[in-house]
Amino acid sequence: MVETSDIRVVRCGGSKVNLTPPIISSDSRFVLCTSGDLVKVYSTRTEEWLHSLQGHTNQVTGITLNPANHLQVYSCSVDGTVKLWDFIDGILIKTFVIGCPLFAIYVSEKHTGVLFLHVSMATDSKNECFQLVSVHLPKSAEQEVEAKEMSAVSSHISKNPSCTAFGRGVRVHFFFFLVWKGAKNAFTCIACHPTDDCIATGHEDGKIRLWRNFIHKKEYTYSTQHWHHNAVNTLCFTPEGTHLLSGGIESVLVQWQYGAGNRKEFLPRLGGSILHISASSDGQLFCTSHSDNKITVIESSFKVCGVIQGLVKGDAVLTDLMIDPRSKALVLNGKPGHLQFYSLLRDKHLYNLDIVQQEYIYEAGLDQFEVVKAAFDIKGSWLATVEERGKKSSDLEFFLKLWAFDERTQSFVLNTTITAAHTDRIISMCFSSSEETTMLVTAAEDSQFKAWCQGADDQNFWSCDFVGSYHKLNPTNCSFSADSSLLAVSFQEVITIWSPDTWEMLTTLCQPPGVIRDLCFGRLSCSKYLLGTTTKNLLCCWNLLTCELEWSTSVDVSKLQPDPFSENVAAFSYQSKHTDLFVFKPSEPRPLFTNKNVCSEKVHRAVFVPREEPLNSCDESTQWLNRSQLYFLTQNMDLLTFSTATEEDRMLSSSKQLVIDDSVAVTPFYLLLGKHRQQQQKLNTQSHPVSDKPQQTQGSVTIKELLHTPAHVLPAASVLCSMFVNSFLISNTGEMDSEKEEEDSEEEMEACDSQQELRAQGSVDEVTPKLSKAQERELKRVRKTDFSWMAGLIDSKP
Amino acid sequence: MASFKPTKVQFLPKLGEKVTEDTLYWKNYKSPVQIKEFGAVTKIDFSPLAPHNYAVTASTRIHVYGLHSQEPIRSFTRFRDTAYGGSFRGDGKLLVAGSEEGLIRLFDISGRVALRQFTGHSKAVHVTSFLSDGFRVVSGSDDLTFRVWDVPSAVELSSITEHTDYIRALAPSKLNPDLFVTGSYDHTVKVFDMRSGSSVMTMQHGHPVECVLLYPSEALLVSTGGRYVKIWDLLKGGQELVSLKNHHKTVTCACLSSVGNKLLTGSLDRHVKVYNSSYKVVHNFDCDASILSMAVAPDDEVVAVGMTNGVLSVRHRKHKKDKETLTSRRRRGPSYRVFVKGKNFVPRQDDFLVSKPVKQYLRKYDKQLKSFEVSKALDTALQTWTRTSKPEVTVAVIIELNRRGTLKNALAGRNEESLTKILNFLLKHIFDPRFSRPLLTVGDIVLDLYRQVLHQSPVVERQLQRLMEVLGREAELQQELLQVLGILDTLFASLTPRKEVAALAALPVDQGPQLQAA
Repeated sequence: MVETSDIRVVRCGGSKVNLTPPIISSDSRFVLCTSGDLVKVYSTRTEEWLHSLQGHTNQVTGITLNPANHLQVYSCSVDGTVKLWDFIDGILIKTFVIGCPLFAIYVSEKHTGVLFLHVSMATDSKNECFQLVSVHLPKSAEQEVEAKEMSAVSSHISKNPSCTAFGRGVRVHFFFFLVWKGAKNAFTCIACHPTDDCIATGHEDGKIRLWRNFIHKKEYTYSTQHWHHNAVNTLCFTPEGTHLLSGGIESVLVQWQYGAGNRKEFLPRLGGSILHISASSDGQLFCTSHSDNKITVIESSFKVCGVIQGLVKGDAVLTDLMIDPRSKALVLNGKPGHLQFYSLLRDKHLYNLDIVQQEYIYEAGLDQFEVVKAAFDIKGSWLATVEERGKKSSDLEFFLKLWAFDERTQSFVLNTTITAAHTDRIISMCFSSSEETTMLVTAAEDSQFKAWCQGADDQNFWSCDFVGSYHKLNPTNCSFSADSSLLAVSFQEVITIWSPDTWEMLTTLCQPPGVIRDLCFGRLSCSKYLLGTTTKNLLCCWNLLTCELEWSTSVDVSKLQPDPFSENVAAFSYQSKHTDLFVFKPSEPRPLFTNKNVCSEKVHRAVFVPREEPLNSCDESTQWLNRSQLYFLTQNMDLLTFSTATEEDRMLSSSKQLVIDDSVAVTPFYLLLGKHRQQQQKLNTQSHPVSDKPQQTQGSVTIKELLHTPAHVLPAASVLCSMFVNSFLISNTGEMDSEKEEEDSEEEMEACDSQQELRAQGSVDEVTPKLSKAQERELKRVRKTDFSWMAGLIDSKP
Repeated sequence: MASFKPTKVQFLPKLGEKVTEDTLYWKNYKSPVQIKEFGAVTKIDFSPLAPHNYAVTASTRIHVYGLHSQEPIRSFTRFRDTAYGGSFRGDGKLLVAGSEEGLIRLFDISGRVALRQFTGHSKAVHVTSFLSDGFRVVSGSDDLTFRVWDVPSAVELSSITEHTDYIRALAPSKLNPDLFVTGSYDHTVKVFDMRSGSSVMTMQHGHPVECVLLYPSEALLVSTGGRYVKIWDLLKGGQELVSLKNHHKTVTCACLSSVGNKLLTGSLDRHVKVYNSSYKVVHNFDCDASILSMAVAPDDEVVAVGMTNGVLSVRHRKHKKDKETLTSRRRRGPSYRVFVKGKNFVPRQDDFLVSKPVKQYLRKYDKQLKSFEVSKALDTALQTWTRTSKPEVTVAVIIELNRRGTLKNALAGRNEESLTKILNFLLKHIFDPRFSRPLLTVGDIVLDLYRQVLHQSPVVERQLQRLMEVLGREAELQQELLQVLGILDTLFASLTPRKEVAALAALPVDQGPQLQAA
């Protein structure tokens, strides 16, 4: 199929930024972190994403600063390469091909040109055995170098990279620990003191042990300190070695004074549990990365000065993927008890909305309130959420909350809390889709569905309007038609159609066997159709005018998602260990688009995101992506989307344009200058309309290259010079008149050149009077010889 | 770094109780002043004149109290037997009272000795009153007659025997000096016209009539007897308008408030009920003993209630002025000026503003929760004031502890005293539908924790027994309610026309959702 090949599945935005410890550049201006197959560079001051180092083809697993040049960074990836980058400008300097998947990278100041890498011991990656190897980097001027010179340092090390650290003593030592399974005091992390003969280890039971006299062959001693009530996730010494930082699941950054016993400082409530801590080389900034995909930048005075937040993806997204109709942001579960608003266009976290409004206790195994359902009304002025606590239904607690959008503060404000909306778990929830009246319908396991309305004009809170049930069956789903004139509620195998105006049941639809799983109405021209999927692998389409089954096919649909801007409906079906996608119109029997093997996991969440500007592709297979884009979430919490070829081209070109502007920080000064420059450019283009243009571009390529490449990565000046001069030369294609003029000028230049030469020779004579007679004679002979041939040579050159 | 989020206290509204202006009006009374009399207080009457003194008939005396005094201003003690029905004349200068021996005495309010004595009744006279011209007195007696007496000459003008049982209620018309209404134990209410000398209207109350009352317009008549209060429309020839049954014992007295003519009834069941104009109960006063008599001062300044145990309970209206003086005396903290100091400063355009971080104010239990001192937090929440006046705060802390998984830790290791506190709280609130769920968890945990040591403390053991009783009663009640619900369901099912699907409208019994506007 040639047609489908130009639509491909793309991993989009919101990769983990907390996989590896973030790195602060030595001038404390940048924070680097791995994010999927990119390395992202953020500004510490503004928290803005500056650019990304793009080049790896698989997950980046480690980054470290080059000890020889602090403006360069090594990164290693599962694709088996180590790349050296200039991170300020985002330039790839070198690629070292190692050849096997790499899982962590370390460098040592004492060993220049040697990298230490984690590789898997066995050839099959299923075996959880890793070894530490050192790799000598061959010196070569080429861009891509194969580095095969490996020597094993130690084997059977833990997979966790925090279990390996380097000491910086007189000799270099590697410390590594096996995780003793079952033991209560198993090691979880390790850090080495930068100057002293001391290492710190964190343990599963929350203790920190400081081991001294480790290097000397004497008996080592250790002291124990205990504050964390759960496993210590990470340890880090400050560069001077005066403090030790530790973090764990409690999300409290603890600063221990080195050598002062139990004196410590705390920075509580940082977010998710702390996974990594890193300190800048001057000790002024710390970075903590958290389990909720967040990096916090902390000053040494223990004040949070910046938060870099990625898309939070917990173990599971309980709410549906939703689109905020106002900001067009993706809305889903975020931090515990929050809803996050994530802009997919800018790949940026917008804000968190606190739903639960309770203090979150960071403790393993505690049953916390979680947002399990959320729904927006069509205008985005109301948000309904359900928060739930309690696995068993006997101690189930849940609240239904309604939030009104506040124009002044531009966020949602709590309007109504309903404590006992139903007697059992709420299964499904939807807002009516008409613009005039907002109505919420909730269906719960207590075999009832309830309609909620905003009260009369004097009271602006919500109250129950109608309670409906059908033969004491448990409802499974509810959905409003596009114009809100009909409400469909499915009770097990039966779909009931209600009129929301009179609350009269109009009809029932049934297609046994199989419980209804998903339910949706057609849109626009297909609004007379109702689609339903059953657990017995049936996709049914009813015609609501005739109340008859229009068609049905046998397909195991795990998610049915209608596009709100067109008639299209996307169905994800899971069959024999891979997911297929069908996009179809309810009125047409033939699917518009099929994509086999989208991913290998089940898809339960999907959403159509409206595009900012519609594409105008006429290709039949890509037409369904014109108005909106389909995003979906797999069971492994990967957010994927479909992108078309034309779209990718456009993206690529726009990113190229951006590169030049990126390196300059936006300061008021820059704005002033930038304006000035733009004006000048405008003036230029106005005065010399077309004639100047080709010349300008020709010269500008090399000049720009010269000016925009930082000095330390430029080749030798001798190489540059010829390039530079060449750039000023005008090619033969120019008019004859100009060539003549040039010749004249060159003759002049030559004349003065020879004069200079003479002068130089004279001076040489003065400086070196002790020349032998034979030499003198030789010189005189040279003087007398005719140099006219040389002139001829130069003339022929251009 | 996010700041600490304090515990959220949920304020759940009580079901079925609506705050209206009437309830606010009737709630606005101070706690009652109790005055001990020598016997059951059978009659209270307010003087229609300005200081509005009131005469209280109890035992062999009639005391006249000032509106704010707790000691009698004047007392009439020349009765040989129990006095009844002391009531003022329209100008407040004369007082008439009957007695057990059948004598009727007329007093000058400033004198001590009776001015007149009317003799003629053969049995006890329970009700006496002036007619509205002020020159005649009417009296009803247990000898089945009522008589009209001339005050200046002290002679009997007429005697009518139409009732067949004791006469215990009498109400003269204020508009017509010849009209009065009587009620008797023969279940009838009669309207008499002195000009015709016989009854002009008879109404069957159905129970022994204890009290009759005319509205100021005299178009409506109230009669009380048995558990019923009945309102009659006199202009429609004595048609029954409403029959109220809000008390569960005999209604002994009724009176009208002077603001808005609200009806108040008092009963042997120890309650005074206040009705609004559509005869719905809007307020309820509780008393210590069965109520025999009641009166409301003009402008509703005072509600005086007389009871069988001889206690006169007097409620005075609260006034805003009182409140102000009280608060001004009590105020001790820094003045308002201190708090707004510098807050209303408007910075000029070129000023550089350094904002001070706002300090988060936390309650004491929140502070303790913040530092994970769970036991202390629970102690704080169980302090007497919080526990009694704001139980929702205590319950909120309990819920928060339960959410944190530390409720067991907080409840463990307590001594007898603090355990009794917790158990007392449980006893008081465990059947409250708002709190029962978290409190049941508390009860479970307490039992789990202290099962081994319970028998060591008789106090705790007794409380647990009481708790068991309370829970048993509650369970029975719930079962009964379910039965009623089942009966109602069948009724509703038989009432609704046969349809394929029964769409249940939200029943009032269903309790509905509890809403809270945030």
